[in-house]
Amino acid sequence: MKQFLAFVRKEIYHIMRDVRTIMILLGIPVIQIILFGFAISTEVRNAEIAIYDPSNDAATRRIAEQIETSSYFNIVKYISSPKEIDQLFKKGEVSIVLVFADRFREKMLHTGKGEIQIIADASDPNNATSLTNYLRGIIGVYQQELMKEQKVPYQITSEVKLLYNPQMKGAYNFVPGVLGMILMLICAMMTSIAIVREKEMGTMEVLLVSPMKPLLIIIAKAVPYFLLSCINLTTVLLLSVFVLDVPVAGSLFWLITVSLVFIFVSLSLGLLVSTITESQMIAMLISGMVFMLPVVLLSGMMFPVENMPDFLQWISLAIPARWYIAAVKDIMIKGLGFEGIVKELVILSGMIVFLLAVSLKKFKSRLE
Amino acid sequence: MLKYLIEKEFKQILRNPILPRLILVFPLMALLILPLAANYEIKNINLCVVDNDQSPYSRKLVEKIRSSGYFVITKTAKTYDKGLEAIEYDDADVVTEIPKNFEKELIREGKGKVLISANAVNGMKGGLSSSYLSSIVTDFAGEVRSEWIEAGMGGGVPVIEVMPLNRFNQNLDYHSYMVPAIMVMLLTMICGFLPALNIVGEKEAGTIEQINVTPIRKFTFIISKLIPYWIIGIIVLTIGFGVAAVGYNLLPAGSFGTIYVFAAVYVLAVSGFGLLVSNYSETLQQALFVIFFFVIIFILISGLYTPIKSMPEWAQTLTVINPLRYFIEMMRSVYLKGSGLFDLQKQMIALLIFAGLFNVLAVVSYRKRQ
Repeated sequence: MKQFLAFVRKEIYHIMRDVRTIMILLGIPVIQIILFGFAISTEVRNAEIAIYDPSNDAATRRIAEQIETSSYFNIVKYISSPKEIDQLFKKGEVSIVLVFADRFREKMLHTGKGEIQIIADASDPNNATSLTNYLRGIIGVYQQELMKEQKVPYQITSEVKLLYNPQMKGAYNFVPGVLGMILMLICAMMTSIAIVREKEMGTMEVLLVSPMKPLLIIIAKAVPYFLLSCINLTTVLLLSVFVLDVPVAGSLFWLITVSLVFIFVSLSLGLLVSTITESQMIAMLISGMVFMLPVVLLSGMMFPVENMPDFLQWISLAIPARWYIAAVKDIMIKGLGFEGIVKELVILSGMIVFLLAVSLKKFKSRLE
Repeated sequence: MLKYLIEKEFKQILRNPILPRLILVFPLMALLILPLAANYEIKNINLCVVDNDQSPYSRKLVEKIRSSGYFVITKTAKTYDKGLEAIEYDDADVVTEIPKNFEKELIREGKGKVLISANAVNGMKGGLSSSYLSSIVTDFAGEVRSEWIEAGMGGGVPVIEVMPLNRFNQNLDYHSYMVPAIMVMLLTMICGFLPALNIVGEKEAGTIEQINVTPIRKFTFIISKLIPYWIIGIIVLTIGFGVAAVGYNLLPAGSFGTIYVFAAVYVLAVSGFGLLVSNYSETLQQALFVIFFFVIIFILISGLYTPIKSMPEWAQTLTVINPLRYFIEMMRSVYLKGSGLFDLQKQMIALLIFAGLFNVLAVVSYRKRQ
């Protein structure tokens, strides 16, 4: 045991002396949580709009005024001809243009129909949809003003409730994702690189001729990364609760349990990579391409899994982070307890057993 | 001198067991798979309907929702609580409840109410799907109203008709938005990560000593490191163009020339940044994490996933010093809107400044002495 602790201490020195890397490992979650929590949002605010208003009458001025006072839009320009629209879009000066018909109010009052065209720069499709919807909303308000005098029949109001996340914060979706990514980065990528580095530098030989059991050497290497992951887990949870106001709605105990299980899955992955690779470069590429990229893309962190084609959804079943992120969402946001995450816990534990079995087998054969 | 150095770099890259394959296969795979995964097109939303009214009007409304193409009715529940349960177990994304006496009240009092509850754990999806649903409900009310007006009971209320038009991407196809951005990501990853690992790799292998004892000038050395990545970048971009054209039927509305000109400057900027990181790093591991750290931040605040306009003031200010931002703006403008060099002067100037700055720093920070 004393020997083992000495090895752990050696590893901790190793990591602590590379100040830059450790700063980054501790800093990445903080920066990501802040960026995801505050900077990454799809909220519509101050979108640049141009207006083409050939009639310039009471009605069009009133609508423009309502657009100006809303916080969603910022009128940057009144254009004098619809021909200017494309040029404005190409330079990226506006994202949407409102075009009134000429003699708008007159026509509206006489024929009972006023025409407005909304032209959106749909090179960003979802943004175009949201902007168009908001603009229609503002025009709708004006329509109601018109109708005020008369009782209008057949109005159906929809009462919308956004469950779990009424302010549509991105954080609810990203916090679990960031956790999954960071733990994978530290446990799988760092551990595998650290072990392979010793192989590459030749110092592994020195360790292997020591009286320590080879398996314990490897475990000793994993311990500091395990501790580092625990620190990061704590930082992310504290930041999300106190800075982002993302509460832990369910049980903290099960949240930590499932996180520890996931940390062990990632450590076993790192172990597996280190036993099958010989160079740092390859270890990096494997952990980067095979672990990190799928975590970011297929785990549901950035993009909803249910939008993906079937074969990608099947692949995502094999990605530990997908199950972990699902469990974290269930506990943190939906407030489910143990019964909600049984499936995820069983699957993740199964992965640990499988990965450890494979890497132990490989590990032994390497020593012979 | 430069010629031999470049020859050496190419030999090193080509003799590496993985690099050449990585450079050719990675863009291909990434462009074929990523756009399928990176899909925020909100379609096929799972809807649970709670129809407490079961009247002709309520059924008509449900039918309208079904035929909109956005929703798949996966479940019908007896009570609202049962509907919420469906959301809890992810059987549905949205629950809509049509209250009892919906039709009666609509006819008698001219007013109706529909409840919509969306799972907003993913805020963007929840927001968009509930706004789709409520606009369908509004359209439905409009239809009922015009039936009523046609029946001769209209009160002469002027109606404003809004005609939306989606310029440049009429079908709101998400791939044509994402594919150009993924090419940018690829270019950034390959031409950012590889140079970052290059010089430090020589440091770890010890071969840098051999360079340090030659009369090669710092400037020549950095140029010899840059040029291979410059060529690699152009190759990667060309592969990207090919995949976009064949796989997604996507050709730029503007000219390839504009993109190549921009790419030539952009690759210099990111590779310069990579070399800069490499100069300051002691080990491969360190270089990897430093570049990873920066690339993640660059990508997150580049406008690749979410519009820059939606960011808070401070984050918008940060994007000014992000080379990725300008390149993505350029790529999307040229691909979808057909912008030319003239429209994109601002982006060009910014990228030229980055390319100059990073490379000057890379030359200065390279030390031949230990």
